[in-house]
Amino acid sequence: MRALNKKLLRELWHLKMQILSIALVVATGIMSVITMRGTYESLVLAQETYYARTRFADLWAPLVRAPLTLLEKIEEIPGIEQVDTRITLLATLDLEGLDMPAQGRFVSVPESDRPILNDINIKEGRYLAPGAPDEVIISEKFALARNLRPGGQVRVVINGRSRELDIVGIANSPEHSYAVPPGALFPEDERYGVFWMGRETLAAAFDMDGAFNELVSILTPEANPQAVMRDIDYLLEPYGGLGSYLREDQLSHQILENELTENRIMGTVIPAIFIGVAVFLLHLVLGRLITTQRGEIAVLKAFGYSNFEVGRHFLMFAVTAALIGTLIGSLGGYYLGRGMISLYIQYFDIPDLSYRLSFSLLFIAFLVSFLGACSGALSAVKRAVSLPPAEAMRPETPAKFTAGPFERLGLGRMLSASGRMILRNTERKPVQAMLSSVGVALSLAILLVGMFMFDSINYMMDLQFRRIQREDITLTFKEVVPESARFDLAHIEGVTRVETYQSIAARLRAGQRQQEIVVQGLDPQGRLRRIINANGDEVPVPSSGIVLSALLARRLDVQNGDVIEIEWLEGKRKTNELQVVGVIDDFIGISAYMSKSAMRINSGESPVISGAFLNVDKLQQAGVYAELKEIPAIAGVAAPETMLASFEEELAESILISAGFLVGFASIIAFGVIYNGARISLSERGRELASLRVLGFHRREVAVLLLGEQALVTLLAIPFGYVTGYGLSGFIASSIQTDAYRIPFIADPQTYIVATTIVILAAVVSAWAVRRRLDHIDLIAVLKTRE
Amino acid sequence: MNISEQKTILRVNQLCKVYQMGEFVVHALKDVSVDLHVGELAVILGASGSGKSTLLNIMGGLDTASSGDVFYESENLSQVSERQLTNFRRNHVGFVFQFYNLIPSLTAKENVALVTDIAPDSMDPEEALELVGLKDRINHFPSQLSGGEQQRVAIARAIAKRPQILLCDEPTGALDAATGKLVLSVIERVNSNTGTATAIITHNAAIGSMGDTVFKMSSGEIVETIHNEHRADLASIDW
Repeated sequence: MRALNKKLLRELWHLKMQILSIALVVATGIMSVITMRGTYESLVLAQETYYARTRFADLWAPLVRAPLTLLEKIEEIPGIEQVDTRITLLATLDLEGLDMPAQGRFVSVPESDRPILNDINIKEGRYLAPGAPDEVIISEKFALARNLRPGGQVRVVINGRSRELDIVGIANSPEHSYAVPPGALFPEDERYGVFWMGRETLAAAFDMDGAFNELVSILTPEANPQAVMRDIDYLLEPYGGLGSYLREDQLSHQILENELTENRIMGTVIPAIFIGVAVFLLHLVLGRLITTQRGEIAVLKAFGYSNFEVGRHFLMFAVTAALIGTLIGSLGGYYLGRGMISLYIQYFDIPDLSYRLSFSLLFIAFLVSFLGACSGALSAVKRAVSLPPAEAMRPETPAKFTAGPFERLGLGRMLSASGRMILRNTERKPVQAMLSSVGVALSLAILLVGMFMFDSINYMMDLQFRRIQREDITLTFKEVVPESARFDLAHIEGVTRVETYQSIAARLRAGQRQQEIVVQGLDPQGRLRRIINANGDEVPVPSSGIVLSALLARRLDVQNGDVIEIEWLEGKRKTNELQVVGVIDDFIGISAYMSKSAMRINSGESPVISGAFLNVDKLQQAGVYAELKEIPAIAGVAAPETMLASFEEELAESILISAGFLVGFASIIAFGVIYNGARISLSERGRELASLRVLGFHRREVAVLLLGEQALVTLLAIPFGYVTGYGLSGFIASSIQTDAYRIPFIADPQTYIVATTIVILAAVVSAWAVRRRLDHIDLIAVLKTRE
Repeated sequence: MNISEQKTILRVNQLCKVYQMGEFVVHALKDVSVDLHVGELAVILGASGSGKSTLLNIMGGLDTASSGDVFYESENLSQVSERQLTNFRRNHVGFVFQFYNLIPSLTAKENVALVTDIAPDSMDPEEALELVGLKDRINHFPSQLSGGEQQRVAIARAIAKRPQILLCDEPTGALDAATGKLVLSVIERVNSNTGTATAIITHNAAIGSMGDTVFKMSSGEIVETIHNEHRADLASIDW
């Protein structure tokens, strides 16, 4: 092996801690790309495959009941490529060991052939056999939660008749990958499942022979979806059409899309920050590392090594760090990516969802780190080799020290001699100090970005479950019931308060724009369910007019005070005009609120209710559930508290993972900057510090001089980190905002404290590592070497 | 045969070197002319700041002159490219520095190999170390060697490429007298045995008597050139 290569190997080994800390920074960058972007790409691929394989529809149109003969007319609508009809209904499940009533969404499928559109993906067992009316295929999540297997039975109440069904298959479908029971916000697999049954059986049970109550369709690529929707709605109107909607408004798709959008942005922004920081650090650290090797560069040049050979030799330090970093980063990223995907598998039913390592992604990540490493090293190597060798043999001329601005202001007298040395050293190389500060600030910013995210989620959850939904139980009825039902509910033992609501599907129009929505009719005196805006302020339910969510107002392009047209899609299907009396800034989806009485006057509906909000005595909750279970009119029972609990449980897991991720990444970056800064200072100023030790300074005093600079750098970084973290979070929050939801940007003061503590801890650990080295500095040897 | 009748290997002609030091212009070299012949042992004598190191650096292609010429055989080094200057150092010049400048991460043998790896007609590193009397220390790292030993490794490293010119910048500057003499005797032996033209820079006037030629420098000029009839025996020199 050539002597120069031996030198490289030995010095790499000697600098192993520094090289490793740089490699770890590179690794975090690569890991974040491989994990986050890789997860995103895997999800997108799985989604596309899944949608194509199941022939996932573009358009849905629910209605009350239409004859199959209508199909011919619908097929003639321009823009429709394929159309399919089905029967879908909710039915009560008779499950053991469950307080709250359970429901099944029953969806008809052909008995002999597979569905034309929205096919199912059978995971276990088989498809239905013709002529076996009691056979059913159930959704996978529900089967798992209830421990049901093919060959087992499930008891359901269809149209008031209890019936035992034979489970022949377990399946999932993109339509129901996120199955939310009526009245709830999140899936509750324990008590809500999807049941695919033969069309004839369901038709017979629900009196739907020769008829359908839902239409799904795939559109031609050149179709105008708005026009198709208008045509379909027109045709279905006489049959109780509830307004068609597109895939983008389909819940499971929407949730997955939101997740993907968030993933795409996070998978771009976060790795970009990490890689940026890594490149920056490489630049900083390798630059200084090479500057300390001036003497050796000169010797090599004096012996006739060419600039290229010398340059290549020093570049190898950078390349080694980048290579080790890539290796650790890709392995770590691969495992983390697989972990992330297994979390998503729990969350979404997407078959074939597996983590796929994209080599092009890996290559790009490596290339960026590699180029960053080289560019960092290159500028320093260039500086070193550009000096004539005789010049480089001499140590750099002693740096000029003058009193900096701080001292010129007369503030220097407040400092001790050590304090002045620290200050002058920092002021002498302001760019270096600033760059190190920026590095530490970025690590703080990364922590803040991650932590603000959780602050925002907590805020949203608190708003939704503690301020908006203050009821203990949310009830939904299968069909509307008379307002007087509230008295029956109030009589249930343990119920302390009953408030009712009515919701009616309607089409809102403003000029050319229109939007279907279920309008909520609330009680103006109600205390359980209120309209709350993003700031957490209550917006009173107006006695007349309509309140729209900001997103809905934007879609309709209307403002407070404008008049819109409303076409009620149920009952008498009246059309009238309404004034927008409020636009509320909220987070999730689109919504429209009215007072119950104004809604009845406008729609011409009788005083009926669609559901109720209950407060119950905690001690008698089980009894209340038992009673509610016996009421056949109830379609859904949801408990905000249970929802919050299940959500928080889920959130806690992902917080733990992401927080561990971020804390680890940020600590590595902070450690990388501070440790390397101090190590390089030590080699630059070893002689000076050793001289001080010879003069009688204690180890601690010398350490203060060296580490004081790093402390100053860290302290300067904190305000900058706050600003950067705040700005980045704001940017991410605004990027994630989609049509369906947005994330409020909340910065909890406590988060600043936690993040700062973590960064300071990382600084202390790196200082400790350098301090150990400083304590063992060989005084005589340092003084013997040349000036 | 008189040494000045030997072939001139390096000719320095009216060399000037001007530094800009802040607001001051420093004339490090003023019209310096020096010839170095094959087999010659020249001593450049001068106080600190007299310009001798600058002269040596330019002679060795480590630095360039502001004006004047340096000829290696027939090649004018003041007109060649950086690349050719590198080749000149690589193939023809051996350097010995006051502070040895060994690579701390390489052993004695590897420090020598650093040069033999790139020079076309070099000795075996062990052979070079044997020449300087360090055969039994070849696998020691610089930190395990005394100052004199380190300087001898540096000499071995300089001569291992069989250079035409050996340039030594204060080779004894960091050593005690006894060790210094040992180092000088090694340089002299190499010079006598190989015929390598050698220039030693020193501020120590006593060393002058060991050379064939002594150039006394002061304020960037050669103020006196002495041709010694005979080189003095190192044993008789004291400082």
